[in-house]
Amino acid sequence: MKEIVIISGKGGTGKTSIIAAFASLAKNKVLCDADVDAADLHLIIDPEIRERHNFESGHTAIINQDKCTECGLCLDLCRWNAISEDFVVDQIECEGCGVCWYFCPEKAIDFPLNTCGEWYLSDTRFGPMAHARLDIAEDNSGKLVSLIRQEGKKLAEEKHLDLLLTDGPPGIGCPVIASLGGATTVLIVAEPTVSGRHDMERVAELAAFFKIPAMLCVNKFDLNPSEGEAIEAFAKEKNIGVIGRVPFDPAFTKAMIQGKTIVEFDSRSEGCEKVKSIWKNLLQIIEI
Amino acid sequence: MIISIASGKGGTGKTTVATNLAVSLESDVQVLDCDVEEPNSHLFIQPTIEEVNTITTPVPEVDMEKCTLCGKCAEICQFHAIVVLGETVLPFHELCHSCGGCLLVCPEKAITETARELGVIERGHRNGLEFVHGRLRVGEAMSPPLIKKVREYTRPDILTIIDAPPGTSCPVIASMKGADFVLLVTEPTPFGLHDLKLAVGAVKILGIPCGLVINRSDMGNDQVKKYAKEEQLPVLMEIPFDRRIAEAYSRGDMVVDVMPEWKDRFLELYHRIEKIAV
Repeated sequence: MKEIVIISGKGGTGKTSIIAAFASLAKNKVLCDADVDAADLHLIIDPEIRERHNFESGHTAIINQDKCTECGLCLDLCRWNAISEDFVVDQIECEGCGVCWYFCPEKAIDFPLNTCGEWYLSDTRFGPMAHARLDIAEDNSGKLVSLIRQEGKKLAEEKHLDLLLTDGPPGIGCPVIASLGGATTVLIVAEPTVSGRHDMERVAELAAFFKIPAMLCVNKFDLNPSEGEAIEAFAKEKNIGVIGRVPFDPAFTKAMIQGKTIVEFDSRSEGCEKVKSIWKNLLQIIEI
Repeated sequence: MIISIASGKGGTGKTTVATNLAVSLESDVQVLDCDVEEPNSHLFIQPTIEEVNTITTPVPEVDMEKCTLCGKCAEICQFHAIVVLGETVLPFHELCHSCGGCLLVCPEKAITETARELGVIERGHRNGLEFVHGRLRVGEAMSPPLIKKVREYTRPDILTIIDAPPGTSCPVIASMKGADFVLLVTEPTPFGLHDLKLAVGAVKILGIPCGLVINRSDMGNDQVKKYAKEEQLPVLMEIPFDRRIAEAYSRGDMVVDVMPEWKDRFLELYHRIEKIAV
């Protein structure tokens, strides 16, 4: 089985619109939305949820005021300053390390497992999909990303499908790192701006750090062709395959508003034509 | 006053608003770029960097001469960052959250701390504006500790503008907590609205007043405005799609330099925020 993970470094470069188009074009695949923090792919794909599971991960300390003698040991030991002078744990600051719980001489601290989101297995008009929702203000997004990719792989195996198409998160931190491990290739969607170039260089460095082969397409290329060319030149220097350019095309936004992929919305639009050719190149390179 | 500029969805224009707002103001201001994974504000502000500090976090080191392989360190660690393997104890530095639990629990005092690099913090100026940003080391997973270090540069005597990362999880919370006002930059598309709702949820958990900037306000539908009305969220500024703005951004130019009429609009935005936040 092969997995293509779409990342970008910078947010808003068009990852989700492009992967939605791939969903229309690809055969025998499972879709996976690994941007669990602000998942958007389902807004176009409109999945019918078949299975729903709680995502449990990490613990949070809670002080039982009846047992607490206010000795202050937890305050001294907590490196997150998460415990107030009147011995209440700030649920947002608590890192879930358990040090206060472990050392409390009165055993006055509970340390329950957190439910911090949900994950789903769904049917869609493009085939099966694994996706998730991390609760607001939660951590552990990396663990949820790993879980959802694993579930996606299981789905593909069950249904004898040979491709996993994964929409990755922005940035270069924990959830992105979790979305890369074991991927066949990453496709970096960049935009031709100074920010886009800066962020693409960092995410390309990240892919190289974890030894995952990378490919590049520049979206909205005509917005600033010289920046676009600079990004492509950087990619070539780093042995990143440049597999196409997508023009700035308002059809992407129009399609999104109708809850359609650009292939469904207007398969003859310039944007769609370019995405089709990128998809063809991608398939050739990963040999599907 | 601290204004944190966030969005939920990426690429809606946080950095454009943060940097143009900062340079439009007459008063003293500092910009803290807390999008440490992909910081971009410096590309527009172009500060002269005067100070670079490497930021580290403590991680354990085991003295095997003293260690008796009792396994207490592995037992207390919630992050599986230290394990007993045969005749040795292996710390996994990249998994460590730096709680110090293993160090405290070790009966032989065999554990000391060394450092893992999180990234760097760079500080500089451009004219009267103070600039600070964090740059997460490529390969480092944990951004919140670095974000908290960037926020230690907050000066209570002047206005602080924070450029937050996208999303709604811990890095965003670390960039908004303690702010006096959160300005949410959104776009009137289904993705923009969906992620805006999540961001508003995060702001509500923190109990901070907030308002909206709708960017590319004429490229989409009216659902964001409808939502804003229902939730009584003030729309403080609208920026219509203008190819000149998009192209200026693509080159790293400030909107207010290319189209000076925008300076007054950003000033007006600030005055509206001031009225709500104070």
